[in-house]
Amino acid sequence: MTTGKTDQEPTPPKLTVKDLTVSYGDKKAVGPVGLDIVGQHVTALIGPSGCGKSTFLRSLNRMNELIPGCRITGSVHLDGDPIYGPGIDPVAIRRRIGMVFQKSNPFPKTIRENVAYGLRIGGINDSREIEARVERALAQSALWDEVKDRLDDSAMGLSGGQQQRLCIARALAVEPEVLLMDEPASALDPIATAHIEELINELSANYTVVIVTHNMQQAARVADYTAFFYLGELVEFDRTDVLFTKPSNSRTEDYITGRFG
Amino acid sequence: MLAAAPFWHRAAEWLLHAMAISAVVAIVLILVFIAKEAAPLFYSHEVRGEVTLGKMLAPQLWPGYDEAASIWQPVSDIPKFGLWPLVLGTIKVSIVAMVVSVPLGVGAAVYVSQYAGPRTREIVKPVVELLAGIPSVVLGFFALMVMATWFQNIFGLESRLNALVSGVALAFAVIPVIFTLAEEALRAVPRSYVEASTALGAARWQTIARVILPAASPGIAAGVALGLGRAVGETMIVLMASGNAAIVSASFADSTRTIAATIAAELAEVVFGGAHYTVLFFLGTLLFLVTFGINSVGDWAIRRMKRKLGSAT
Amino acid sequence: MSVASVAPDRETIARHTARRTRRNVIADGALAVATGATLLLVLTILVVILFDVIRHGTPHLSWAFLSEAPRDGMTAGGIFPAIVGMVEMVLLMTLAGVPIGVATAIYLHEYASPVSPVTRAIRLAVANLAGVPSIVFGLFGLGFFVQFLGAGIDKAFFGSDKVFGQPALIWAALTMAVLTLPVVIVATEEALRAVPRELREASLALGATKFQTVFNVVVPQASSGILTGTILAVSRGAGEVAPILFTGAAYFLPLLPKSLSSQFMSPSYHVYVLSTQSPDVDATKPILYATVLVLLALTFTLNIAAVVVRARMRRRNAGGAG
Repeated sequence: MTTGKTDQEPTPPKLTVKDLTVSYGDKKAVGPVGLDIVGQHVTALIGPSGCGKSTFLRSLNRMNELIPGCRITGSVHLDGDPIYGPGIDPVAIRRRIGMVFQKSNPFPKTIRENVAYGLRIGGINDSREIEARVERALAQSALWDEVKDRLDDSAMGLSGGQQQRLCIARALAVEPEVLLMDEPASALDPIATAHIEELINELSANYTVVIVTHNMQQAARVADYTAFFYLGELVEFDRTDVLFTKPSNSRTEDYITGRFG
Repeated sequence: MLAAAPFWHRAAEWLLHAMAISAVVAIVLILVFIAKEAAPLFYSHEVRGEVTLGKMLAPQLWPGYDEAASIWQPVSDIPKFGLWPLVLGTIKVSIVAMVVSVPLGVGAAVYVSQYAGPRTREIVKPVVELLAGIPSVVLGFFALMVMATWFQNIFGLESRLNALVSGVALAFAVIPVIFTLAEEALRAVPRSYVEASTALGAARWQTIARVILPAASPGIAAGVALGLGRAVGETMIVLMASGNAAIVSASFADSTRTIAATIAAELAEVVFGGAHYTVLFFLGTLLFLVTFGINSVGDWAIRRMKRKLGSAT
Repeated sequence: MSVASVAPDRETIARHTARRTRRNVIADGALAVATGATLLLVLTILVVILFDVIRHGTPHLSWAFLSEAPRDGMTAGGIFPAIVGMVEMVLLMTLAGVPIGVATAIYLHEYASPVSPVTRAIRLAVANLAGVPSIVFGLFGLGFFVQFLGAGIDKAFFGSDKVFGQPALIWAALTMAVLTLPVVIVATEEALRAVPRELREASLALGATKFQTVFNVVVPQASSGILTGTILAVSRGAGEVAPILFTGAAYFLPLLPKSLSSQFMSPSYHVYVLSTQSPDVDATKPILYATVLVLLALTFTLNIAAVVVRARMRRRNAGGAG
């Protein structure tokens, strides 16, 4: 296990992970992991299937707790505030750390109501504010021009790529500080994928993005930092260009050169 | 060398096909034969001498009464066949039944699908089926013998048997219908919706109220529609517990009569082929068509729900 | 386009979050409690009815009650003839209805094309048959079986005698068979659907015809579903009153039904008449309660048996086959 450390970064890390271990019942799924996620940059988690990268991602917004029998030890801090702890409300955490899923999951509601959902449950009901924030979120996810004339249509009528961008807009509308993305483009065709990757680049100016991907080339394209997971452990974490050209761990090198998948 | 399929296989299959259309034949026969006995209302001179559709619907000025009224009094010197007391009675009893059964049925379905563990569900579902299996004559008996007295003591009602008592007992029969369909619809909501809502920072009650219930609403509505169909057509409970007074009154605490109960109560005494007989069959046809309509809507909603969930995420 | 929100300070966020958290915790709890209460209420209804019937019915229940005929204007004696009548009627109903219901389900599932108008018509008919009010079945039984078929048979075979042109055991049984048809069809179809495709393919690959496959492989696999449907149909048949009001039930008969054209007694009809037309309510109350108890015990046993059979079938299909 390596402690993720990056050099030449003056700002304090957005998310600090220490000794995080996730187990289901008696089986350990991933950990212990120590990692610092840099703010307003893109961090990619790569590794072969089943290596624990998605499980690790979901522990950053406390989504693993939905699975019965899940136990988490260690700590995660967001801007110095702990995420786990006896008095800490996971609902509040999820408003600061948003998530986009592998298979797009829009609600069977209108486009507008999908994006507005997070606002309404947060107690915002002023229609002008909602309109403004819905437009802003859809613009940020590069969907506004395509749907601005049909906000009252059902979201289920959009194409796969559009639905995924809608889910991103929905997550952005609550203005989280961190955006977690679990293989966001794996269910999309190459053109839609390119749109999503372009989007991630734009988002990283204002959000901290952590993205899980099984596609190494995607990580190389979008991420500033990359973490390589293997068999439930964090093997190496470094700037993307360093990890892909001069990996310090032989297992990393084997993976990125395709010796195993 | 294998022989070709013996001839009798094909004959047996043909027989199978023939038996299979029995359901269609049955429905058609039902409609045809009850409408046939009701048809004299429209063409028979003797029947029309006593009653016509117009006389059933419009309030009539009967001798001895100050103003025109819709009265149902088929057994009397001057037979009166006013329809509205019966329609009103059916509506009153159904309202009571739905007001009681919808919250209970849907609420219990929400609890079982969202909060209860699998073991609780395995116990609750058979128990609700037991409730569904209670014959309606037993529910009517219970309403008549036990509930009527309770209600009279608790609410101080004048008539012991009335729309309220029979409506509540009717609800006992409707609740399992609503519960079964609502629970199925709630459980069929895709997990991905729940995940999306939770990841956006929704509390449990918000996810249930804003995502799960709306997504399940077609199925729940279908359950309510089928329950309503059951309420409108139910006979024994109302026959035994509603007091059987065909009056026009706004109060739920008054005795009342529904269409179904009227048929059951009066058919035994009628003259075959007479006006009263014809009118009762007419009421039956009416009942058949109304419940046919309600159930078709409910069924269409169920099929649409199943199709929509198949195509969604 | 940048996120130009003026972020409130951490303290304000923390305060709002704390308030929202408290409200959410209360709301979560309230919803769980409210819906749990409705469930409890529903279960309580069942318990209360059971309790009342058992309490008042058991004192009068005895072997004598089940094996004797009623006496003294229903204030003494038992319900033996009613039990016999019900058994006979239900037996006829099952013989008539189950084969047709099973055949329909087999046709729908194994032979019918899902898009053909005939299939859609059958499915629509089954769904609507399930929703027809029981009194309408009674009217149908009277108008079709008694007045039409019965009168026709009388004219053809009995001259001016009224044999089948009046309420009779056979007509009540047939009316009930039509009423319970959907129950049998739905249960059988569920069982057929659970038979894995591989079994059918194996049979056909060995050179069996479709008919042989259906009857030697599929239907035996589906037998517990057919049994479930039959049990549920019997339970309905034992409990429904409206369909037999004018097609064959009678309050008091001196003799047991001895032919298809006889009338019959039935515990369900007995409960109805005793409840509403008894001249001396207090005297007949014990018999009434005991009869209700017998009826309830019967339908509950049947329903529980159906649940058990169905559960075992589902478990077997989930674990073993496919």
